[in-house]
Amino acid sequence: MASRGIKDRVAIIGMGCTRFGEHWDKSAEDLLVEAAYDAYESAGVEPDDVDAYWLGTMGSGISGLTLSEPLKIQYKPVTRVENMCATGSESLRQACYAVASGAFDCVMAIGVEKLKDSGFSGLVVTNPPNDGTPANMTPPALFSLLAPAYFKKYGLDPEKGRDVLARIAWKNHKNGARNPKAQFQKEVPIEAIKNSPKIADPLCIMDCSGVSDGAAAAIVVRAEDAHKYCKNPIYIKALSFVAGPAEGPLSQDYDFTTFPEVVATARDAYAQAGITNPREQVSLAEVHDCFTPTELVLYEDLGFSPRGTAWQDVLEGFFDLDGPLPVNPDGGLKSFGHPIGASGLRMMYEMWLQLRGEAGARQIKNPKIGLTHNLGGQPGRCVSFVSVVGSEIG
Amino acid sequence: MVGLVSYGSYIPYRRLKRSAIAGVLGVPSGRGERAVASFDEDSVSMAVEALRDALKAAPGTSPQALFFATTTPPYGEKLNAAIIGAAVRLPVEIRAVDLTGSTRAGLSGLLQAIDTAKAGTCAAVTMADTRLAAPEGRLEQQTGDGAAAFIVGNQGVIAEVEATASFTREFLDTWRAPGERFAHSWEERFALTQAYLPLFQRAVSAICEKSGTRPGDFTRVILDAPNPRAVDEFARAIKLNPAQMSDNFALTVGQTGAAHPGLMLAGALQSARPGDRILLASVADGAEALVLRITEAAAGFRPIHSTGSMIESKGDVSYANYLKWREILPTEPPRRPDPERPAAPPMLRAEKWKYGLIGSRCTACGTPQLPPQRVCVKCRVRDKMEPYEFADRAGRIATYAFDRLAYSLNPPVINVVVDFVGGGRFLCEMTDCEPERVAIGDEVEMTFRRLFTADGIHNYFWKARPKR
Repeated sequence: MASRGIKDRVAIIGMGCTRFGEHWDKSAEDLLVEAAYDAYESAGVEPDDVDAYWLGTMGSGISGLTLSEPLKIQYKPVTRVENMCATGSESLRQACYAVASGAFDCVMAIGVEKLKDSGFSGLVVTNPPNDGTPANMTPPALFSLLAPAYFKKYGLDPEKGRDVLARIAWKNHKNGARNPKAQFQKEVPIEAIKNSPKIADPLCIMDCSGVSDGAAAAIVVRAEDAHKYCKNPIYIKALSFVAGPAEGPLSQDYDFTTFPEVVATARDAYAQAGITNPREQVSLAEVHDCFTPTELVLYEDLGFSPRGTAWQDVLEGFFDLDGPLPVNPDGGLKSFGHPIGASGLRMMYEMWLQLRGEAGARQIKNPKIGLTHNLGGQPGRCVSFVSVVGSEIG
Repeated sequence: MVGLVSYGSYIPYRRLKRSAIAGVLGVPSGRGERAVASFDEDSVSMAVEALRDALKAAPGTSPQALFFATTTPPYGEKLNAAIIGAAVRLPVEIRAVDLTGSTRAGLSGLLQAIDTAKAGTCAAVTMADTRLAAPEGRLEQQTGDGAAAFIVGNQGVIAEVEATASFTREFLDTWRAPGERFAHSWEERFALTQAYLPLFQRAVSAICEKSGTRPGDFTRVILDAPNPRAVDEFARAIKLNPAQMSDNFALTVGQTGAAHPGLMLAGALQSARPGDRILLASVADGAEALVLRITEAAAGFRPIHSTGSMIESKGDVSYANYLKWREILPTEPPRRPDPERPAAPPMLRAEKWKYGLIGSRCTACGTPQLPPQRVCVKCRVRDKMEPYEFADRAGRIATYAFDRLAYSLNPPVINVVVDFVGGGRFLCEMTDCEPERVAIGDEVEMTFRRLFTADGIHNYFWKARPKR
């Protein structure tokens, strides 16, 4: 038994992504049509060339009909996928495996979320009927559990810790300001981040990802066929996904300074891709910065920083756009926005642009290997996804 | 010998200064402060807290009857005592009764428990009230919230029942129809002169005659009436020595309705010595009275919390927040969905967990865990669990969060990860606490609360609170 991966066996030949943000004038169906046709066009294929679809959405529709109906898909398989905030990545993973299996030649992974229609602040999730005992915590509060635990363990006083978190949000806004598709295309001064209204102390509203509408899509074929469609495809080096045993809320062994699920997916993905030193070998990464402490902890879980040192890397600009390892060059969930089902594919969209030299004002010089990381759930109880992609085979 | 085997009391953490009411409304201010059930408390949850103490202080007692007395039952139809029984982990094989309709219900409940014990059955009574009165009224300042509980039986008696007396009289003083929030009262002098003073007189005469005592013989006298003037006038009339009078908590807690004679009795029992006699009389819609004699066994009895320690353990609530908590002042609803009502089948399946905070412990590796699991989180052995009680275990804060987005009547919602001494971890809400006082490593204990009400269903569960 092993996780063998499908290194260099499939490639992405086209992608589409809507602008993320408040689309008061567009439905989930409108966003799906836009992203899907962007992707068809980008790949130079017709709708009938696509053999099967994986649609990721957490709550903007149920069943494959959510996609087949607006696109008028002609009696082909459409699978609706849900894995919380990692839904978009999960749809891509399923699509890639379907192609690698030989079952289909050309498939689409697409994700969408329409969050702004709910009328509520923040993300709203409906639970199955229950006994009334699960803790009623909002996502920012759940992820804020990381902050005091991390600060205490590594001896950061709260003021210093607050600066580190603000620096992460500042960087992501700075990157997002260079991205015409981002929800927030504006740099925000550190002081404004720290002085924004408190949501889950020490988290302020400017530590939280943008509640957003949007969709993104990718077209996947076998690697050997990729050049029939395009001259610079991107190749899948690794896809790793785990759902954890949810040990965090149950076991005193968990200390709220790590995501064991992320550590497991990173280890698996690096093994699949043959990466031994991620800090040196990864050219850029899109990580799941749902809240600033999440990004801080991810640096260590993904092996970008040794344990207890990510905060120093943050303050030294290691992950800035012009730093040694740019993280969230497109602005991340923070600035690009977080339409749940679309986010994983949006991360891949940045890889698509960067690895092909199409990222414009935020283009990183000569990237070779990119990583996306996407998670759903809460610290100690989550699902995690890591992919590694590259511009070349081998 | 039939008598009290154990007792417990509960005074909520929050206090409303009477001057704070007066300051807002521009009415004359009484002295002192009143105890206020927090936004997540009601008569059932406070009755649980008092009864937990009474049961804990007398390990090994197993009541077979449970009486719950209140004028403010959370449910008008559905047995409130059943919730209490489940929360204190009493077995299914008990009689459980709600007693309501009058502030005398507290003492009526105690007398019921005494009668049950005389028939040879150990009984528990718990009494609690969350007094609600219209703003600007006398009762708003005078009343308070609290609870008391007693175990009554034949063995290990610390206070023997020497005599009881009951009277019932129909007259109109205080009334409230179903659906009304605030009670109405008749003009004060009428009930004082025509009902309360004569009732006190009859009750005390009867009980002295039955027990062969005179008012001067009692070490402590506990008199309770809807109108405190009745107590003062009667005490003067029968020439009671002020030193005999028990603390009525008027300055610290307020008049706690059905719980009040019980709360005063708990206060009196703490300082009583073997041989002391206590007279207890409560008038409302009639009268209940009893005489207790403290036994030698009382010398070895210690309550889990004294009334004094709970009076000292306190934090203020502003009058504005009090009005919000009681839904007297309507507020803008949050831009968040209403809480979903808990569902009956999952609540029944999880009864021991939800109400009793009973988790599981793996018999293969010994790891306690909650909620109860089938596959062990540590060794992953399947179905080798035994029930494991967490309610009375202390814990420490591993980390915490302040949720300002989640809806609460008392924002921010404080959430804590509790690591129990002896094992087990629980992510839950923290109550009776200010955010600035939360720190990793702080000691907490568990408390039974009402999380919210949805579709008329009160969702009870456990929270952490700083050690009181």
